[in-house]
Amino acid sequence: MSKSLSQLVSSKAVAEVELWISKYPAEQKQSAVMAALRIVQDENGGYLNRELMDGVAGFLDMPFIAVYEVASFYSMYEHNPVGKYKICVCNSISCMINGSEKIIDYLEKKFGIGVGEVTKDGRFSIKEVECLGACVGAPMMMIGKEYYEDLTPEKIDIIIDGLK
Amino acid sequence: MSDASTVTIEIDGKTLEVKAGVMLIDIADDANIDIPRFCYHRHLTIAANCRMCLVDVENAPKPLPACATPVMDGMKVHTKSARAIAAQKATMEFLLINHPLDCPICDQGGECELQDVAMAYGGDVSRYTEGKRVVKDKDIGPLISTDLTRCIHCTRCIRFGEEIAGLRELGATGRGENMQIGTYIEHAVSSELSGNVIDLCPVGALTAKPSRYSARAWELNQYPSIAAHDCIGSHLSVHTFRSDTNRIVPIENSEINECWLSDRDRFSYKGLTSRDRLLKPMIKMDGQWRETDWQTALEKTFAAMQDTIRNYGADQIGVLASPNSTLEELYLLKKLTSNIDCFNFDHRLRQLDFSHQDQAPMIPTLGSSITDLESLDSVLLIGSNISKEQPMLGIRLRKAQKKGAKICQINHRVYDLRMPCEVGIAAHYRNLVLELAAVAKALNIDSSLLPHAANTLFVQAQILEKHSQIAEILKNGEKSHVILGNQAISSPYYSLVEIFARAIATSCNCLFGYLTDGANATGAWLTGAIPHRDYNGASQKTAGLNAQSMLEQPRNLYLLHNIEIDYDCADPVTALSAVASSDFVVCMTPYVSSDMQNYADILLPISPYLETSGTFINIEGRVQTFAGASKLKNSEARPAWKIIRVLGNYFDIDGFEFNSSKEILEEIERTIGEFKGDNTATITEATALADKEDVIYRCSEVNMYHSDSIVRRSEPLQNTPEAKEDRIHINADLAKKLNLERATQVLVKHGNKTIAMHLAIDDTVANDCAWTSFATATSKKLGPMYGVIELEAD
Amino acid sequence: MVNEVCFKNIDKDKAWKLDVYQSTGGYNVLKKILQEKTDPATIIDELKTSVLRGRGGAGFPTGLKWSFMRRDDPGQKYIVCNSDEGEPGTCKDRDILRYNPHALIEGMIIAGYTIGASVGYNYIRGEFWQPYERCEEAIEEARAAGLLGKNIFGSGFDFELHSHLGAGAYICGEETALLESIEGKKGQPRFKPPFPASYGLYGKPTTINNTESLASVPEILSRGGQWFLDIGKPNNGGSKLFSVSGHVNKPGNFEVPMGMPFSELLEMAGGVRHGRRLKAVIPGGSSVPILPGEIMMDTNMDYDSITEAGSLLGSGAVIIMDDLTCMVSVLANLSHFYMSESCGQCTPCREGTGWLSRVVHRIEHGEGRMEDLDMLFDVAVKMGGNYYEREGGRTICALGDAASMPVLSFLKHFRKEFEYHIEHKKCMVARY
Ligand SMILES: Cc1cc2nc3c(=O)[nH]c(=O)nc-3n(C[C@H](O)[C@H](O)[C@H](O)COP(=O)(O)O)c2cc1C
Ligand code: SF4
Ligand code: FES
Repeated sequence: MSKSLSQLVSSKAVAEVELWISKYPAEQKQSAVMAALRIVQDENGGYLNRELMDGVAGFLDMPFIAVYEVASFYSMYEHNPVGKYKICVCNSISCMINGSEKIIDYLEKKFGIGVGEVTKDGRFSIKEVECLGACVGAPMMMIGKEYYEDLTPEKIDIIIDGLK
Repeated sequence: MSDASTVTIEIDGKTLEVKAGVMLIDIADDANIDIPRFCYHRHLTIAANCRMCLVDVENAPKPLPACATPVMDGMKVHTKSARAIAAQKATMEFLLINHPLDCPICDQGGECELQDVAMAYGGDVSRYTEGKRVVKDKDIGPLISTDLTRCIHCTRCIRFGEEIAGLRELGATGRGENMQIGTYIEHAVSSELSGNVIDLCPVGALTAKPSRYSARAWELNQYPSIAAHDCIGSHLSVHTFRSDTNRIVPIENSEINECWLSDRDRFSYKGLTSRDRLLKPMIKMDGQWRETDWQTALEKTFAAMQDTIRNYGADQIGVLASPNSTLEELYLLKKLTSNIDCFNFDHRLRQLDFSHQDQAPMIPTLGSSITDLESLDSVLLIGSNISKEQPMLGIRLRKAQKKGAKICQINHRVYDLRMPCEVGIAAHYRNLVLELAAVAKALNIDSSLLPHAANTLFVQAQILEKHSQIAEILKNGEKSHVILGNQAISSPYYSLVEIFARAIATSCNCLFGYLTDGANATGAWLTGAIPHRDYNGASQKTAGLNAQSMLEQPRNLYLLHNIEIDYDCADPVTALSAVASSDFVVCMTPYVSSDMQNYADILLPISPYLETSGTFINIEGRVQTFAGASKLKNSEARPAWKIIRVLGNYFDIDGFEFNSSKEILEEIERTIGEFKGDNTATITEATALADKEDVIYRCSEVNMYHSDSIVRRSEPLQNTPEAKEDRIHINADLAKKLNLERATQVLVKHGNKTIAMHLAIDDTVANDCAWTSFATATSKKLGPMYGVIELEAD
Repeated sequence: MVNEVCFKNIDKDKAWKLDVYQSTGGYNVLKKILQEKTDPATIIDELKTSVLRGRGGAGFPTGLKWSFMRRDDPGQKYIVCNSDEGEPGTCKDRDILRYNPHALIEGMIIAGYTIGASVGYNYIRGEFWQPYERCEEAIEEARAAGLLGKNIFGSGFDFELHSHLGAGAYICGEETALLESIEGKKGQPRFKPPFPASYGLYGKPTTINNTESLASVPEILSRGGQWFLDIGKPNNGGSKLFSVSGHVNKPGNFEVPMGMPFSELLEMAGGVRHGRRLKAVIPGGSSVPILPGEIMMDTNMDYDSITEAGSLLGSGAVIIMDDLTCMVSVLANLSHFYMSESCGQCTPCREGTGWLSRVVHRIEHGEGRMEDLDMLFDVAVKMGGNYYEREGGRTICALGDAASMPVLSFLKHFRKEFEYHIEHKKCMVARY
């Protein structure tokens, strides 16, 4: 028997999921699955695991597989540990022609890790992502929920230094 | 001229008058115009994802998928124009770039839809030189092999789970070219219908594990037959390689199983080659088993029967037959027993309450056709886990539910019926009667018509919201049905259950019917395989003992036909001790077990289903005859009817000169005439309800993969998680009351037996109820299916 | 005539606040409509006059789209806003969400009133967390001011609005994938028919519009359809937001009249960076055909002109490339994008996007063969149709077409560069 969501996450998180459920028609609880996955992922240090996905399924009366489908379809859900700061660098067209690959190189060297890896201290991971919709600020990246635009190596240093 | 609902279209120059709004592919199929397809399946919703069925529609800016394009008046369609063919070939090329081109080693080779279409539409030289996708295979259980690199993502298997099986286990995870079909988290699928995805999969991505790589499709012979494990009688095709059954697939029959088959019906054949098969007649002499020839074995059997009759009277013979026996076998057994004045003959092995048997209808049936279930708008299931016990009916009810039917269940556990249930009441077998009384009361039935035993319960009954709800639902349905399932029939209070169920049905003008155990209970009633009636319900000079009494009052000689007494009877402990204390036991059986070796004196190998011919009557009253398909090598097993015929000859009974099962059937038809099922009955006899004690009531469901001796020996079925379910389930309240909240193992005391069992805390189970799976190695040590038990921590 | 509609208040301090929005007449037209119970048909006519064409990419006239809804049929209906903004090059909706959320809210309420929907959802891509929070604040403000909820302006009209956050999937910008996503499923497009106007969210009649389309509605209705049309040109009404990115000195979002010469827009964005030569432009987001700089310099920024020039206005994302840009690597980047973003359900796109991407990648890395070029063209046509011959694609949704158009157009205009890569196993131009 899988654990219920309230055994897995804080009551605050459960309340937040409830709030999302209330946005949709009563018989359409499943609509809150994306929000629920995001909320439990955030609380779990940025990635999902089977227990959490099953907990969400139970909470929303969904078949497990329907939750796995959603969790594996959208790119913002992670299934392996990520850094406390997940650095997502856009590498689509506008960023690419403005040097995003150099930005990725710079970050890789700076942290001594490759794309898809986490620093030993667990603080940083780098992810290459498709267009983040901030093309006029290319090259750009997202750390956590924050956008950083018009990047240069110097600017990156300042941004990283500013992270607690 | 076409009216509003019909339109005129043209396909490949053929003018057709067709119903508006129908998809082009259906029209083309009806007109025998071939359009290739992979994702489309007429029993599933439209996905239009494979793009194989693209056709050229005049004035459309692009080729359109025939499966998802509704016909419109004046449409001109070309399925073979250059544009259509180009589009189809393009799709084929896309499908093949990542598909292994190794048909010679693929299990689907020779019957692969992709291979067939590729012959017609595929280019010969692949331009694709990039690396091919490889997908890691997943273990999804003992029934289905996956070879996901071959998957073409048609999603038929996923839609099947969602739409037909009512259980989403397979899904498509990931996206784009990384999308994969599977369970995502590796585990065995548990649907009782899972094997159907093997037929649905157009390629070799999902194949039958038990028959994989054992023969090529074109080497197989095919024989039509009828499934033998539930009262539905699904149509199936037995594919044999040399003389062995290699696999079983459904035969489409819109009135029974459509194009589906339950896993039990599909994979039970594996039991036919079990090492337990009895190959030669055997006799126990001085405690030692010896092989013998048929003549000796039959003479000994006859002699033993004669001895019993001579020394103790024919009443000291007890004859028990499986409800899976053929009509012909049962008919001959009845003819044999009644001619020697033995009336202890019964097939109701899993029944405990016989008090109202004299008032039972002539022949119990479903009370409607299988297809009619689809158009119900409300159903009350009593003592039935229909989705597992009769999976084909589960499919029909699910269709009704999708169309808005309201499903209610009163069971020992609120079963997961793979469809939403409007009202589900869990009650142990004693309370179940009271719940029914309350529903009857909510319906305001005229209680003066109830027999005394029921009337007192009626008076006491308390109407709660759930009872009124069920009452309302049944009353408001235009077409409602009250169904007594296998577990209702096994109840120690079957008579009371039936009285109230009938009262409810009558008051709401509902259909009423039964779901009986085995493949041929209907045929058994018809041929008089019961102790109190002759053929076709005719009265009989004496009534013999029913199945339970025959065991409670041990006979001197038992003739057991196609049963294992410790698994197939409602009370295994009593049954075993009865046969142990008797003088002589004859087993007509396809298998031998060590227990059987202990209690039997003669073993007569009979040909099991698939190796013999005969007839089953299904729960609708449909008479279905089948021929033998396979034969076990080195086996001397004989069709049971031949054995009974010889016994009849030894007893010098007239009318035992049959040369084929067909001749027997002809005689049955002559004597019994046209068979009409009729469920009408007025029940006044009942077992009184015992006083309520503060006790735990054990209730059982026959484990679907232990229902009969063949199924119990099918290795793939035995390896499913379902077959292994052998725990005792109680709800959290009871666990708390007994201080068992943290226990994983408990001691179960039933009668004078105590055994250890694994415990499952399961809130679907009724209060004060312990639910067990029945006909398992554990349950046979434990006394009757139903009864008061004690539980304590181990 | 710049910054007249969606960016009207962009330069104001805290432009996103309700009071700032109301200070320039915000919510007045809603009030008027609700209090006067304006006939929905009149609203639709006004929109038709304005020739507001859908700003999400397809350019379908908004007034006409709204007229498909059977307003008076019983049952729930929905208005859904598409703020999934994922088309590479496009980032205009983000600025509406950040700086003018009330225009969107007002537009959605009016849409709801017009089509008979009492509930709206705004689908915001998951990465737009800040814009989402802005919108949530704005919705709170509006609710507190009685602009959302029951009985708005005492008119008896109720309307609720919710945000729904995506979680990273370009395909959810496709309107039916978006609906599936709100329903809590994978974002896989539905096949049409049926169209959302008859079978939309939760199976109910639904209208889906882009953020910019909806945010333009209040200004159009308050100043008149004709006024809007006149900003642009016939059949191409109004002003439009263009996201100008790439090799320009001052990249940015600009609201300018439809029909403005491209050269002027380029000027507004500060011209080509480092004064280099303009090599190529993708004028409407990554999915539309690329055009050589020379052609663009003679083209105006409106639907019809760009179509005539051989591309599409799309979402209004203008990607500028200078003469140091390697066209092979740009196509490799675009093709990779479509491969990653294909939802995977239909065969030609699932298999074709990967095929295209791998071949272009191979060419980029000096492992191409001459025959690859014709094959690329052929595969692109078989997946997404032939844009140049007006033959549509073979996929369920337009992502197949979107993945194919770059391939066809790069080969049409820059084939030489691909040949060079194949022959010399390296690039003609210096790489960034
Ligand atoms: C693959 C694909 C991606 C799309 N992405 C977006 C998007 O991000 N935003 C958007 O408004 N429309 C997008 N669209 C267009 C929408 O399907 C739809 O046409 C639009 O939202 C309708 O709004 P409009 O009529 O106001 O333009 C996309 C279409 C496709 C095929
Ligand atoms: S074209 Fe691509 S994105 Fe669109 S439905 Fe087909 S597979 Fe999905
Ligand atoms: S059969 Fe029509 S698209 Fe698959």
